[in-house]
Amino acid sequence: MAAFSITVNNKKHQVEVDPKMPLLWVIRDVIGLTGTKYGCGITQCGACTVHVGNAAVRSCMFPVESVGDEKITTIEGLSESGDHPVQLAWKEIDVPQCGYCQSGQIMAAVALLKENPSPTDDDIHKTMTNICRCGTYNRIKKAIKAAATARV
Amino acid sequence: MEGLVKKLNRRNFIRVSAIAGGGFVLGFNFLSSCSPEQRPGQLIDLNAFVKIDTNGEITIMNPNPEVGQGVKTALPILVAEELDVDWKDIRVEQAGLDTNKYTRQVAGGSGSVRESWESFRKVGATARQMLINAAAMGWAVSADTCHTENGMVVHKKSGKKAKYGELVERAATLDVPQEVNLKSNAAFKLIGKRIANVDNQAIVTGQFKYGIDTKREGMLYATIIRPPAFGQLLESLDDTAARKSPGVKQVLKFENKIAVLGQSTWEVLQGAKMVKAEWKDDGILESTTDYSKNLKSVLLNEPKEESRRKDGNVLEAFSSAAKVVELDFEAPFLAHNTMEPMNFFAHVKKDSAELYGPIQTPERTRTRIAELLGIPEEKIAIMMTRMGGGFGRRLMSDFVEEAATVSKLAGNIPVNVIWSRESDMSGGFYRPMYSYKYKAAVDNDNKLIAWHHHSVGVGSSAASGDSFPAGAVANFQVDTEEYKSPVSTAPWRAPTHNFIGFSEQSFIDEIAHKIGKDPVAFRLEMLEQAKNNPIGKVNYNPDRFATVIKKAAEVAEWGKKKAGNVFQGFAAHFSFETYVAEVAELEKQADGKLKLKKIYCVADCGTVVNLSGAETQLEGGIIDGIGHAMYAELTLTKGKPDQTNFNTYRMIRMREVPEVEVHFIQNNEKPTGLGEPGLPPAGPALANAVFAASGVRLKTQPFIKSGLFA
Ligand code: FES
Ligand code: FES
Repeated sequence: MAAFSITVNNKKHQVEVDPKMPLLWVIRDVIGLTGTKYGCGITQCGACTVHVGNAAVRSCMFPVESVGDEKITTIEGLSESGDHPVQLAWKEIDVPQCGYCQSGQIMAAVALLKENPSPTDDDIHKTMTNICRCGTYNRIKKAIKAAATARV
Repeated sequence: MEGLVKKLNRRNFIRVSAIAGGGFVLGFNFLSSCSPEQRPGQLIDLNAFVKIDTNGEITIMNPNPEVGQGVKTALPILVAEELDVDWKDIRVEQAGLDTNKYTRQVAGGSGSVRESWESFRKVGATARQMLINAAAMGWAVSADTCHTENGMVVHKKSGKKAKYGELVERAATLDVPQEVNLKSNAAFKLIGKRIANVDNQAIVTGQFKYGIDTKREGMLYATIIRPPAFGQLLESLDDTAARKSPGVKQVLKFENKIAVLGQSTWEVLQGAKMVKAEWKDDGILESTTDYSKNLKSVLLNEPKEESRRKDGNVLEAFSSAAKVVELDFEAPFLAHNTMEPMNFFAHVKKDSAELYGPIQTPERTRTRIAELLGIPEEKIAIMMTRMGGGFGRRLMSDFVEEAATVSKLAGNIPVNVIWSRESDMSGGFYRPMYSYKYKAAVDNDNKLIAWHHHSVGVGSSAASGDSFPAGAVANFQVDTEEYKSPVSTAPWRAPTHNFIGFSEQSFIDEIAHKIGKDPVAFRLEMLEQAKNNPIGKVNYNPDRFATVIKKAAEVAEWGKKKAGNVFQGFAAHFSFETYVAEVAELEKQADGKLKLKKIYCVADCGTVVNLSGAETQLEGGIIDGIGHAMYAELTLTKGKPDQTNFNTYRMIRMREVPEVEVHFIQNNEKPTGLGEPGLPPAGPALANAVFAASGVRLKTQPFIKSGLFA
């Protein structure tokens, strides 16, 4: 057990946990923000994607001790009321089916657009490797493009 | 709380009445006297479907479990359409299990909308009529001279208008009309439009609480250790190290399993790794190769059970045929792999229980739990959460039973049992492994005269007798058998259809090629026969079936030369009362490898309730169908699953997904299933395109093993 001070969605949290505890579980079970999901625990599915600094990170294998001073953003911190361009596009295109994978998809998409504001299909395919069992992939792609255009 | 409920009742602020037809209840209540914070959850139980408060807030309850199929949006649309209210003024709430008020609270068989089409509209129409009657009474005019407009009753002659909220108090004192008229399809304002999922806002902001997100005061997280292989029993257990693991509070042995309870999910998952358990084999543990051999050997013998269907005499027809075509198919086990792993919250007390989580079958589950705990059903509350996928897995209640058992054994404490992905993939239920044999014969005129399907599946039989091409072939026989095994199998999206669709549509394609007929023309010829001169009973309408086939051929430009190295494959399948035809289009690259580009889909699902929802269900089914046909299999070595997570069990990802174009046949028929019917034709459409491009007939899945793909 060790004490960590981490900043999630611009709020400081003091947590007393095993340094090896993955960030996912610190966020979900210790801090209590459950928008970030567990899907596989081995960085395969992307359901647990958050931003550490500006980078999209699969938090299920990212030990809390590695966070350092980086600021963490989760789906809850993306916008005040769901009006981030990517969230708006997701609603507009009506992407979610069961919805479980979508917070991870959105966090991955936001990071992609930050780095590459007008991605090609190929760029999208390379970055968006999250799994969606419901098969919403084409709408996800459409929403990413809609969000990209909305911001230009 | 009891007191408040009674008081409101006495004040006649609540009305719950039975209406004719569906056996449903319709309830209004008036909560204007309570501020929003004071409107406690329990009050919801007093209403069945519609709640209009005097401030005009309209709430529509969704009684069915939402698993991603879109019922929580579609069912309220039906009510709102007839109630005549603006969709943006509606709030939708999920109802818990309540068998006194609702019927069929199930998510399965693509049945929610098709079973509720009339009754849910009647609920809306009845409420609307009561509001009209209330207005007419207040204005002292005849109800016939009033109409509604977007949440308002209007008397045209006098120009008087009243909002529903102003009328609801009086409406609740009136008799419930026994007969109401429903709108004609032409008058629909909401039905058929694109309406977004009602939970989108909560989902995209991460606010939506799934079952796995449940956390309560004093609750412990729990995870379960199951036998590593099907057919193993727990022999001994050493939990010394596990108990010392940080955060672990309890280790319990129950049935053939071990539960580890603790303060966080990660800590219990870590703790579970420290448990040393010895397992012993209970009988012979089979591997995939054994199943493959054993299933095939079943098919070598004459069918043991009575035929599912027998028209004419197939044996005679085969012996006198001009040509006989035969093909064998084999399906792998598949895991359900819902993105939200199995989980459930339970708090079992001395004589009552609270259960909360993702379940497709709350009613059946409650019965099971009542038996398990010896607590009467009335004392067990089940609330269904929106599910992170179901695909049939959550028709089972094993994980709810586990949660209830663990809560009780741990000292009647609240627990959330969460399965790790490894547990979820290796310790649950699978789509059965199947082995199929098809044999068909044509006469000298190349007319199909005989069809025999002999099937066997692990733990489940797998053929339906009356579906296409039954009715189109004079000598027709379907035999099906079950192979017993310790591997637990369960319905999996589009049960039986998910592989019947593949094998039957591939076989039809094979016959067409063997006799030199165009695969589309051949199907239409069979449907012509089923229409004009049906043999025995059929469960499909040949005209509707032919219409989707023709339309799919038209939109995909079937048979017309496409630019480059483009090849197409055709498949059509009828399931859950919906007709779906699909054309797969693939490209042969310069290196000879194949790449799937596009799927065209035409569906006749009757009246489309929510265009956005309908489209995404079909598209999702197609992508799921392609993904599993291309990549997925669950293999066993001595009863032990070889794949336990997504690093070895391959799921389709975005770069592998084809473009999908969905079309609907416009008609006024009643709505039919959508969550499943898109899936069965996807795999065979692709396989038939592969045949067109390469001459290779794919008979097993996953296709990726064929080495033909880029
Ligand atoms: S839970 Fe982290 S990638 Fe799946
Ligand atoms: S929307 Fe269900 S897993 Fe993606």
